[in-house]
Amino acid sequence: MTTTSQRPKKAPFPVEFYRSAVGKKWVMAVTGVIIIGFAIAHMLGNLKMFLPDVNGIPDMDIYAEALRSLFSPIVPEHVMLWLLRVGLIVAFLLHVHAAYALTIMNRRARQTDYQAPRNYVAATYASRTMRWSGVIFFAFLAFHLADFTLGIQPAAPETWEHGRVYANFVAGFQRPLVTAFYVIAVSLLGIHLYHGAWSMFQSMGVNHPKFNAARRVAATIISGVIVIGFIAPPLAVAFGYLK
Amino acid sequence: MNITLQVWKQEGPDRAGRFATYQVDDIEPEMSFLEMLDILNERLVSQGDDPISFDHDCREGICGTCGVMIDGQAHGPQLGTATCQLHMRKFRDGDTITVEPWRAAGFPIVRDLVVDRTSFDRIIEAGGYITVDTGAAPDANLIPVPKDVAETAFDAAACIGCGACVAACPNGAANLFTAAKINHLNLLPQGQAERWARTEAMVEVMEEYFGSCTNHGECEKACPKEISIDFIAWMNRDYVKAKVKNRRLMGQKA
Ligand code: FES
Repeated sequence: MTTTSQRPKKAPFPVEFYRSAVGKKWVMAVTGVIIIGFAIAHMLGNLKMFLPDVNGIPDMDIYAEALRSLFSPIVPEHVMLWLLRVGLIVAFLLHVHAAYALTIMNRRARQTDYQAPRNYVAATYASRTMRWSGVIFFAFLAFHLADFTLGIQPAAPETWEHGRVYANFVAGFQRPLVTAFYVIAVSLLGIHLYHGAWSMFQSMGVNHPKFNAARRVAATIISGVIVIGFIAPPLAVAFGYLK
Repeated sequence: MNITLQVWKQEGPDRAGRFATYQVDDIEPEMSFLEMLDILNERLVSQGDDPISFDHDCREGICGTCGVMIDGQAHGPQLGTATCQLHMRKFRDGDTITVEPWRAAGFPIVRDLVVDRTSFDRIIEAGGYITVDTGAAPDANLIPVPKDVAETAFDAAACIGCGACVAACPNGAANLFTAAKINHLNLLPQGQAERWARTEAMVEVMEEYFGSCTNHGECEKACPKEISIDFIAWMNRDYVKAKVKNRRLMGQKA
């Protein structure tokens, strides 16, 4: 245990703020919002798998190309995409670092656990497995990037080809094991968001009797929509609807 | 009624503890949980055995001295009730009841079911007060307080500092206690002068002893005064504001 005087003072504001646990939770909430925003955009993009070809080119491939040349020619090609990617990576790293640091803090706060079984009243399965669902999903992301973004064998299908997103998608999810892993990972994300998308309101102090009840509803809808939206296209491939 | 008790016995702070089993016969359902422990202790002493140490004072649910884990729940199975207000009629004849002290690094065990809650005093010392001129009592209602504000502040002030929130929290966090104490004063006009200094100081002292909130909501259900976790959100909001405002105030110093 440290005393107040030992706390290093007058670090730059963001450092000083992040040093506190309440600050870290606030950062986790804000980065959570960013990641949810990305997840929704990504999910909507995936639904383009269901759209018909345009002039013989899959709509998905056109969309992917448009992402690469976002805001071009105002900014050079790929610049906007990379700005978004860097922002997302920073958000992920902060989210994971804060979670790690707070987990250490919480372990220290209860060095000896209860010796008799606990009887939880309010904590949900989702809230108590945040660390597990988060870590497993993070491991899935590494595989997922190798599979589709980078095309690294053996994660990626043998026919993987840069820019041919539709074909890669179909080849990827024609492998039942990959589809199963994907469905499990997305379900874990849904469980993570069921608690996270509610919890972030509390961490940021977004609390008002007028809309407090709606926060739980919003979190449930967000996690439900994300899970269904992400799972639909791969299952359509797995069951042969998309070829 | 007859019950079997499994109670945590530990001779001192650094001693290894264990569960001891006691058979407690002929208990009246009207007895409070602590009265049942009194009877057991009287019997133990008359047999020349070591009695069970536990904390208690008012026995009417207002001082916050009592508090143990009963069957894995802080203050036992009845919501909104301190251990001293829990009655044996909540249990059934023949039940086995497990009793364990609060467990948190910020609450070291003194003996058996007694823990040291000095860390809560440290949090209060950091800012759980207002500064006023002493002297003759001021006139009543000199400072008008809107009714809703007064009631919400009172809901926060209902905290008796028993530590059930920390005990129930899977993270060993004291956010509900600290939030109740901060908001009790931050909501009222009398608390405004020190609002931002208070919030920053109390949160940071809290974090020296306790864990970090992950919004499980267990504390709210364990609290004998049913204090809402809404106060935690408000504390978080005030903490972020305090970090900015206190810096600005610092800059105003010559
Ligand atoms: S003994 Fe005072 S609250 Fe229980």
